[in-house]
Amino acid sequence: MTNAPPNADTPYIEVRDLAMAYGDFVVQHDLNFVVNKGDIFVVMGGNGCGKTTLMRALVGLQQPATGSVFYGGEDFWNAAPEARQRLKRRLGILFQGGALWSSMTIAENVALPLSEYTGLAQARIDELVSFKLALVGLAGFEEFYPAELSGGMKKRAALARAMALDPDILVIDEPSSGLDPLTARRLDELIVELRDGLGTTIVVVTHELASILSIGDNSIYLDAESHTMIATGNPQDALKSGDPRVRHFLTRGAT
Amino acid sequence: MPHGATWQVDMRLAGEDGLEIILGGRWCIDGNLPAGTVLLDALNERIRGIRFSSAALAEWDSGLLTFVAGVVKLCGARGVAVDAKGLPQGVQRLLAMALAVPEQKVALSSATAQGLLAQVGRATIESFRGLPQMLQFLGEITLSFTRLIVGRAHFRRGDLWREIEQAGPRALPIVFVISFLVGLILAYLGADQLRMVGAQIYIADLVAIGMVREIGALMTGIIVAGRTGAAFAAQLGTMQVNDEIDAFKTLGISSIDFLVLPRMLALMLMVPLLTLYAGFVGMLAGMVVSATIFDIGVVEYYTEILRALEPKHFLVGLSKGTVYGAMIAFAGCLRGMQCGRSAESVGQAATSAVVTGILLITITASIMTIVYYRLGI
Ligand SMILES: Nc1ncnc2c1ncn2[C@@H]1O[C@H](COP(=O)(O)OP(=O)(O)OP(=O)(O)O)[C@@H](O)[C@H]1O
Ligand SMILES: [Mg+2]
Repeated sequence: MTNAPPNADTPYIEVRDLAMAYGDFVVQHDLNFVVNKGDIFVVMGGNGCGKTTLMRALVGLQQPATGSVFYGGEDFWNAAPEARQRLKRRLGILFQGGALWSSMTIAENVALPLSEYTGLAQARIDELVSFKLALVGLAGFEEFYPAELSGGMKKRAALARAMALDPDILVIDEPSSGLDPLTARRLDELIVELRDGLGTTIVVVTHELASILSIGDNSIYLDAESHTMIATGNPQDALKSGDPRVRHFLTRGAT
Repeated sequence: MPHGATWQVDMRLAGEDGLEIILGGRWCIDGNLPAGTVLLDALNERIRGIRFSSAALAEWDSGLLTFVAGVVKLCGARGVAVDAKGLPQGVQRLLAMALAVPEQKVALSSATAQGLLAQVGRATIESFRGLPQMLQFLGEITLSFTRLIVGRAHFRRGDLWREIEQAGPRALPIVFVISFLVGLILAYLGADQLRMVGAQIYIADLVAIGMVREIGALMTGIIVAGRTGAAFAAQLGTMQVNDEIDAFKTLGISSIDFLVLPRMLALMLMVPLLTLYAGFVGMLAGMVVSATIFDIGVVEYYTEILRALEPKHFLVGLSKGTVYGAMIAFAGCLRGMQCGRSAESVGQAATSAVVTGILLITITASIMTIVYYRLGI
């Protein structure tokens, strides 16, 4: 079943029986969920519950202990290397710490994926780079090195790099941590615009309650104590009638 | 510590099975405070609950909190109830926060202390475990070079130039100093021996051939391993810590092509050139010593060098330099790529890169010397 042809019933992204572990320490187990095309899918959970680890399994950086991730029905972790490479090409990733390449300027960071994979002329690439940087509010910072930016600016530059190739799926680890409230709000708007305008499917790990509730179409809550997911669904519904632990989280412990 | 104000703790039985702990004075961390275990003796079988009294408490900081937390932990282990109401309000609240989240019981893999023998054994096993990784890395680099030859390896030319500049021109001063001193030592050593047979002019042969064939490459190798090999490991290790290597992986860009290849090329180009330079500097030192101390004329020395040096000596030196360069870059990049995810492991990677680099240089030096001897070169 590794290469089932995509049809209407095949989920866009499906996580099946996924368990992730570091050595003997099982971070999360029995994860089963589906991400629909064009959704903004929120991964919630307390610090250290395994959100980043889940992200690493989704994008092919960390082999799951069991289970797998399916993109359009295609088994990512059991695919041949070329197929996996092709699937990876459809993903854009924003790491929690930004992970900008420190020996390159911001512009070079954003340009590298473009020049590696598109064969566009340099002038065209420069144009695209400036546009993407302007989108995240960093116009004019092209020639800066990552070390010369503030933490929040690094985050935004890294988002520009993740969007460089207009990926089908954007995986974002904590976009708004370290951003001021206005910038965080702009970033939320940008995420929604990317989805509406380009049809990008977005998986976003976030703690920001405001963004969870305003942009999330669907969500999953990872519990740090039982080491598994305890809820999926629209965050608004979860807030109204979900599992008490999720409500507790979404109301900052008020219920 | 101000005089007069120190901590006091008294204990008094309260009722049938209770214990009251009376705290007084100044409980600050600079006051040589007791641990919660001072209660061990007082907590006998009969005691089922403790409470606090803090009316005499003058001043406190987290020193008091750690003491009380220690007491709570001790009581918890023995099933003794703790009533914190007698403590100041602030202490109660902070204590409640500190105890709210249960301690994570996650086994950390390497935290246990080990005896010397076990450590040696483990280190030995580890070093053999490292071998397959090393071979795998070697394989990846070989593939990368193949891609380079067919023109399909991607890296930025600017990176190559930067590494070349860092490894080459900037190493000239230190290579000059070391080679000059080594040439000087060689000349003295030779002069002493050769004087006995009245053949002092052969200092020139000794220094020239020695420096060009062997010692130039060896000294350069060791210098570059310390300078550049360690830098490679630290650079790649930091990139590992910052997820930068993962960012390459997710884009499907080979970090071997992009990061390791330019570094390998830079050292394989620069170390032989530095070796050549070291050889000339060594010969210069020999000339200075011969002329000033042992009365051998500069022209005489020069013609003797010309007679002694054959192209094959240069070939041997250059080939060794190239191989050492490859070894240093290999060790540096290997350790950098294997680096863990903390600042401490970056330091270890740099140290390990130098050790591995020098070890590899020594091994290949011996092999090449024997092979060249057998081949009669
Ligand atoms: N390299 C590692 N080795 C061992 N354990 C790890 C490693 N990385 C993370 N962990 C453990 O895995 C668990 C999940 O970590 P993870 O980084 O996925 O958390 P997170 O949900 O992203 O947290 P945060 O919200 O703070 O970013 C943590 O308990 C952590 O201690
Ligand atoms: Mg995280």
